[in-house]
Amino acid sequence: MSSAFTPTEMMTIAAARALTNDDVCFVGIGAPSAACNVARLTHAPDITLIYESGTIGTKPDVLPLSIGDGELCDTALCTVSVPEMFRYWLQGGRITTGFLGGAQIDRFANLNTTVVGEYERPQVRLPGGGGAPEIASNCGQIYITIALSKRGFVDHLDFITSMGHGEGGDHRSRLGMKTKGPTRVITDMCIFEPDPVTKELTVVSIHNGFTREQITENCGWPVRFSSSLTETPVPTEREISVLRDINARTKKAHEAA
Amino acid sequence: MARICTLSEAIEENVRDGDTLAMEGFTHLIPYAAGHEIIRQGRRELFLVRMTPDLIYDQLIGVGAARGMKFSWGGNPGVGSLHRFRDAVENQWPRPLEIEEHSHAAMANAYEAGAANLPFAMLRGYIGADLAKVNRNIKSVTCPFTGEVLAAVPSIRPDVSVIHAQKADRKGNVLIEGIAGVQKEAVLAARRSVVTVEEIVDELNPPSPNAVILPTWAISAVVHVPGGAFPSYAHGYYPRSNAFYIAWDKIARDRDSFAAWIKDNVLASTPGDFSRHLTKHAAA
Repeated sequence: MSSAFTPTEMMTIAAARALTNDDVCFVGIGAPSAACNVARLTHAPDITLIYESGTIGTKPDVLPLSIGDGELCDTALCTVSVPEMFRYWLQGGRITTGFLGGAQIDRFANLNTTVVGEYERPQVRLPGGGGAPEIASNCGQIYITIALSKRGFVDHLDFITSMGHGEGGDHRSRLGMKTKGPTRVITDMCIFEPDPVTKELTVVSIHNGFTREQITENCGWPVRFSSSLTETPVPTEREISVLRDINARTKKAHEAA
Repeated sequence: MARICTLSEAIEENVRDGDTLAMEGFTHLIPYAAGHEIIRQGRRELFLVRMTPDLIYDQLIGVGAARGMKFSWGGNPGVGSLHRFRDAVENQWPRPLEIEEHSHAAMANAYEAGAANLPFAMLRGYIGADLAKVNRNIKSVTCPFTGEVLAAVPSIRPDVSVIHAQKADRKGNVLIEGIAGVQKEAVLAARRSVVTVEEIVDELNPPSPNAVILPTWAISAVVHVPGGAFPSYAHGYYPRSNAFYIAWDKIARDRDSFAAWIKDNVLASTPGDFSRHLTKHAAA
């Protein structure tokens, strides 16, 4: 089984494992959505998945392309308006975990999905923040999943769309935030967690088949490794089959409509 | 009382050059047919408001109908960029676009404040986020009771809001089902409003006494446009065309292919053409 999976599959499965049955999870689109649903279909059948379109407790059979596909509403416990979602449920402090993706991340897990270059005259105009700025501050904790590359893991962000640990240390609490912020970043090569004191992202687990050198080469800052570094357990047959099945159903459904 | 009329009449009477225009529908029930009618009628200098500009505003921006836009997430969901939006921001093509950018939470709060006839909305938001540095309309307010500093944004008060819904009755009362987004707030925050619907029925028969209903006296015009939300969807009628959203990436990436698409599918088309999407999916 050890070589029978791709780095992207390992990333999704490692991200899924971060979630528990008791989580109430605000799901970002793309990689987070795949991870959250793999968790629901494997070890966390009672997890509550919430999408910003207002769907609460949704159990999609195929992964949505957008955050508001009909599948999410059809399979939800209930669907509320978008103002209610952001006011009562997110700002109200009801969400334990927010799961975000992003275009760029820095060593303190701040995210940029807004612009590359200057805001007024951007080289690349990205989609923007959407729900992320308040997901990042109002959820109990944040998981992030992004593939590791020099383009994505940068030394300096041109724009902070959503704050992770800011300048590090106690920056969040100095701004009055009571939530934990990013506690884990799952990539296709390794898993990072913030240092307990400095909050700098530190590699805590390396996926099977990757080396420290490869991780160093693909990260835009001098990356630190934990003194108690482990190897990420390879995907189980069940995890792989659940992920491949949902991806196949999703591909078929999206091409059909 | 809402006037039940044709799409051409509703847009002619309610959407004017220079208006602040909100066309809402959060992935679901996006009023595409109305967007196309606005393009056909050649409206100019619009200030667009929408949480997720989506393909509908990519089209209005690409034809040069907009002077500015207030928004919170400008991508093609699950696919990538809105290329006409990017071309406007990065290259000022076909004209410069003034942008006022917010988060979803702020936009949703601002619509609700508009519906509530308040001048601004407050939220626990934008903490540590750079948007507050580049958008002069993100300010703060101090709670008079606890001293907590909260973010404040102006309420959204469109000249006109346009939405799509499932059903209206013959008086023009409207029922919205499924992902209801901010449509109710957008209509109640606006001076004028247009609602396109899949069906006009004798009895609305709401599924619950708590259903999302907009009474006829809160709406300016109601128009029967079956299929009018394609390629987004109408819960209970037809699904989202994820295939079209994927195909749009190629159409909109290039200025010429975009112009050709608009010519064939908007300028040379009518609101009635949207019903073919309904038939296709009902048969599938």
